[in-house]
Parts: sequence; C-alpha cells; structure tokens
Amino acid sequence: METRKIELLVGVFISAAVVALIFLALQVANQSSAMRGETYTLYANFDNIGGLKVRSPVKVGGVVVGRVANIELDPEYFEAVVELQISKSFSQFPETSSASILTSGLLGEQYIGLEPGFMDDDVFVLEDGDSIFSTNSAVVLEELIGQFLFSQGDN
Amino acid sequence: MTFFIKIGRNTLNILQGVGAASIMLFQALVGKPEPRKMFPLLIRQLYVVGVQSMLIILISGLFIGMVLGLQGYTILVDFGAEQALGPMVALSLLRELGPVVTALLFAGRAGSALTAEIGLMRATEQLSSLEMMAVDPLRRVVAPRFWAGFISMPLLALMFSAVGIYGGFLVGVQWLGVDDGAFWSVMQASVEWQNDILNGFIKSLVFAIVVTWIALYKGYTAAPTSPGISAATTQTVVYSSLAVLGLDFVLTAVMFG
Repeated sequence: METRKIELLVGVFISAAVVALIFLALQVANQSSAMRGETYTLYANFDNIGGLKVRSPVKVGGVVVGRVANIELDPEYFEAVVELQISKSFSQFPETSSASILTSGLLGEQYIGLEPGFMDDDVFVLEDGDSIFSTNSAVVLEELIGQFLFSQGDN
Repeated sequence: MTFFIKIGRNTLNILQGVGAASIMLFQALVGKPEPRKMFPLLIRQLYVVGVQSMLIILISGLFIGMVLGLQGYTILVDFGAEQALGPMVALSLLRELGPVVTALLFAGRAGSALTAEIGLMRATEQLSSLEMMAVDPLRRVVAPRFWAGFISMPLLALMFSAVGIYGGFLVGVQWLGVDDGAFWSVMQASVEWQNDILNGFIKSLVFAIVVTWIALYKGYTAAPTSPGISAATTQTVVYSSLAVLGLDFVLTAVMFG
C-alpha cells in the first residue's frame, strides 16, 4: 500500500514535469523556429545590410513569408549576398519584385520587406536559386545625418 | 613563512576533498548495473527528493513569476513597452531564475536533508552494519540518492519556469491589463527552443549534479557527532549555494556571452 502510494506520487511528479515541458515548448517558445513546410531559396544583393541577421523575417505587406538563411560577402563586388528561404506556398513572385531592408518600429529589429512587382507576359516568376535584382539597402543613421549636414552646408 | 604554509595546507586540503568526493561518486555510480534492486530504491528517493520538494518549488515559482510581472510592468509601462513583459518574464525565468532559484531551494530543502540523513546513518553506524552484511553503502545508499537528485532537479526547474510564467501572466494580463494576445505572441517571437529552454535545462542538469554531489559527500564524510552533522548540513547549503551561483556565471558566459 505504502509503495503504491509512493509510486503514484512519483508518477504524478514526472507527469507534472512533462506537462511543464510541453507548456514551455508549445506556449512559450516559437514552434516555427525552423520554417515549417517546404521552402525555396532566393538571393538578394545589398550594398549595406545594416543590422540584418540570420533568421530575420522576410515579410510581404507585414506578413512573414520566410526567413534569412545566410548572409555572405561577395568577394568580387564587396556586396552582401543574402540568402532568403521563402515558403513554397508563396512561389509566385515576379522578377520585377524588389527587396528592401526595413526596421520594425523606431528601435526594432531589421527585416526584409519584399514588394511584389508587376506581372506581364514577358516577366518571369522567381524560382529556386534566382536573384532579386531590385534592392534597397538599409538606412544607416550616420549616413542620414551626414547627408543632412551636407545639404545644410549648401544653403 | 606560516602564511605560505597555510595557503599550501588549505590548497592540499581542498584538492584532497575534491579527490575524495570524486572517488566516492565514481565508486557509487560505476559498476555492474542492477536495475531490479536499484529501481525500487530510486523510486523511494525520487519521492523523498523530488515529490516532497514540489510544493515549495511550485509556490516559490508562482510568486517569483508574479513579482517579475509586477516589477517588469511598472518599469516597462514608462516606455509604453508593456508588451515586452512576456519575453522579459519568460526569458528571465527560463535562462536564470528557473535553474538558479530551483537549485538554491533544492539545496536548502533536499540537499540538507540528504546530508543529515546520511550523516546520521554514519553516526549510528548503519553504514558500517551495511558493510558488515557485505552490502556496499555507496551503491545502496549514495547511488539512488544521487540519481534521484539528478533526475528530479531539472524537472523541478521546468515546473518552476512554467508556473512562474503563468504567475507573470496572472499579474500582467489578468490584473494589470497587458493585452492577452500580445503577451503570448511577443513571448513566442523572442523565446527560442534551443537557445533558451534547452540551455536553461542544461544549466539545471549541471546544478543538479553539483548540489546532490556536495550534499552526499558532506553527509558521507560528516563527523559522527551531533555538532559534526550540524556542521555538515550547514556546509552543504553554503557550499552548494556558492557553487551554484559561481557556476551560473560561468555557464551564462559560455552559453549567452
């Protein structure tokens, strides 16, 4: 009887810990740490990526469609080559689309805003491994201030 | 001259203690596994070490989470950033407070009890009688208690974090009116499975080994007198608290630095 009670309580103890772990895994952590579903890869070259990091989100109209998979420096042109992993369910971006590095809020994280371009008969759809040609670099505060001071000096 | 002699003697004593403790743990854990004999003992110890510590862990977790929610809210609301309450509560619990406070409470609740129990076994010559009956006290008494501590403390730390986050939710959302959806979604956006939950779990595993080890060694080598056992119990709590806090800095520097 005594042993059964102890076994029961230990069982309750272990189950409570499992419940806690499931709560932490599902409710507290982000399940989509690895993008669920199939993805395809696009590339975009930027002069300056600012504070963009691997795993930063890629958004279209504010909705997350993918993540930054890798960031490298092109050794020839000294441009940052950003590898984007986009969910396969959004695979209809025309090649006239543009990518810009934006900031969420005043002090928030930086992300890639993807702007779908126009679609025409002789415009192709971006496929796995393609590059986005039209890109806008991150806004660097020091450069902005420098430009502002320069334009003030002219007056 | 005597100064250097003192330093040398202390160093040698410390090293000897570490060596003796390692030998004790090695002899207790390494050997032919006997699951049929060990399992009932382990269950018994899981009850004493784990289940009986659950209440203090759950209640402290709830209150620490509630205090974090309250303190975080009063600071964050000044910046209009009360949505960041969720990640603040979750990250501080998962990364630091969960493992560390659980280890400190565990040292006070279970570690001291282990030391006193084994010390009294030594004082009343129960350990010697086991040896007389050709039962290895290290295998019979020390090993199940070590495994019980090793298993139950990380589980207790998980419960502590979960209950603490719920406490933060109670105060932040139910009482102070932070938006329900924002609280959870901002938390989910910034808490990472591997970086935060897994690293916190590894921390609590390390603390479990250290605290249980110190408690068992102090009990096993306690002087078989009333002051001896009392001193050993005090040393268990003091040494394991210091070891946990010191190791926590090292682990944090390695994991998040």
